Amino acid sequence: MRHLLSTKDLSRDEAVAILDIAEDMADVATREVKKLPALRGKTVVNLFFEDSTRTRISFEAAAKRLSADVINFSAKGSSVSKGESLKDTAQTLAAIGADAVVIRHHASGAPNVLAQSGWIDAGIVNAGDGTHEHPTQALLDAFTIRRRLHGHGARGKALDGVRVTIVGDILHSRVARSNVWLLTTLGAEVHLVAPATLVPLGIDGWPVTIGYDLDQAIAAQPDVIMMLRIQSERMHAAFFPTAREYSRQWGLDDERLAKLPDGSLVMHPGPMNRGLEISANAADSPRSTVLEQVANGVSIRMAVLYLLLAGGVS
Amino acid sequence: MTARIVMQQADITRALTRISHEILESNRGSSDLVLLGIPTRGVILARRLGLILDGIEPGAVSIGSLDVTMYRDDLAKNPTRAPSPTSIPSGGIDGKTVVLVDDVLFSGRTIRAALNAINDLGRPRAVRLAALVDRGHRELPIRADFVGKNLPSSLAERINVHLEEVDGTDEVTIE
Repeated sequence: MRHLLSTKDLSRDEAVAILDIAEDMADVATREVKKLPALRGKTVVNLFFEDSTRTRISFEAAAKRLSADVINFSAKGSSVSKGESLKDTAQTLAAIGADAVVIRHHASGAPNVLAQSGWIDAGIVNAGDGTHEHPTQALLDAFTIRRRLHGHGARGKALDGVRVTIVGDILHSRVARSNVWLLTTLGAEVHLVAPATLVPLGIDGWPVTIGYDLDQAIAAQPDVIMMLRIQSERMHAAFFPTAREYSRQWGLDDERLAKLPDGSLVMHPGPMNRGLEISANAADSPRSTVLEQVANGVSIRMAVLYLLLAGGVS
Repeated sequence: MTARIVMQQADITRALTRISHEILESNRGSSDLVLLGIPTRGVILARRLGLILDGIEPGAVSIGSLDVTMYRDDLAKNPTRAPSPTSIPSGGIDGKTVVLVDDVLFSGRTIRAALNAINDLGRPRAVRLAALVDRGHRELPIRADFVGKNLPSSLAERINVHLEEVDGTDEVTIE
């Protein structure tokens, strides 16, 4: 694998292979020495133009567990705030000798520009670009679902027939986009539920079904319900009357939680707005996979960095 | 080039039986013995050795597999390899005698990687090496404690170990 920019380009076999390698990486976390020498001597740069705690820490932990050197670069307080362009930043990183660049950018497509520009020869990992994609989040979600469903016999399996309902701000959610492509590639059936104002244009071409009523979606007994964060920082218009109204109509409250089937999973990519899209009880219930998702994120990112950096010329 | 059979099923079974006796003799019994096979065929050989050991001296010989992909020194020289699962018996390896099992012992680099991997898993009392075939050409100061067959070969030759479980037949060929 040269870059990881989107889950749309992943084939089913490739996706399953990444999840399988992540299983091996997860085993490392249970060992006495939680480190592998596979990427010794490689340099990974975390290039973050947007604030992030869990994704950056997760990539940093992943790179360090594989023995790579990590450089964290945050746009705030750097030359970027003095007006430096992406091109100049990339060329600086190339001069430093970065082998992989993990980039988060507020502009959709920035990682693609970096990968195709020729400014830098490193492998590029998209860690979230605008409202476009967040591929490692979708991979860790798929990994979490697969582990909960199949336990330790998960290797080699996909998600055929698993019914996933994704609820909330689909319009601004790169997590939702990446999940739609990946989960359907893996054989899952994806249903989206959102206020009509938060459904993106062009959704007709997506391999999903769409609904506007959360109670109806819950009555259909999904295997997984994934709540999305309300991204107030991206909302420059009124998409719903009030937070209270949103919570009443599209929030996973205690009553709705009780109506979910016994084995169903409650997922959230974090950070959560407790009391808005998800109630505290739902977030902390045994069905909730929120913390597992964080732990699995490290294994997935280790697998991706390994695939990007470990191999030589094929 | 045509392949010549150098070991058949009976030869392989005889060699594994002899190795089992040698392991028991050097370990003075089967206590605290852990066999770790190196994927893919080393794991199968470790399982077979476990069965034979159990037949000779019924007891708890633990079997596991040890993937060394992440510890290889040629990762950057080859296309990316997918790792295989590592499974360590529940008792761990601390204070145990670990016998590494592989099909062919060649340059010694795989075993070097395995020794590093073991380091990260715990601290065994001793580590021994069993190989079905030792073909020579060592690049590191590593030798096997238990060898099924010494097979001096030229670098141009290829040694293939076929095992029933994955290849449908039991034989060692040279081509």
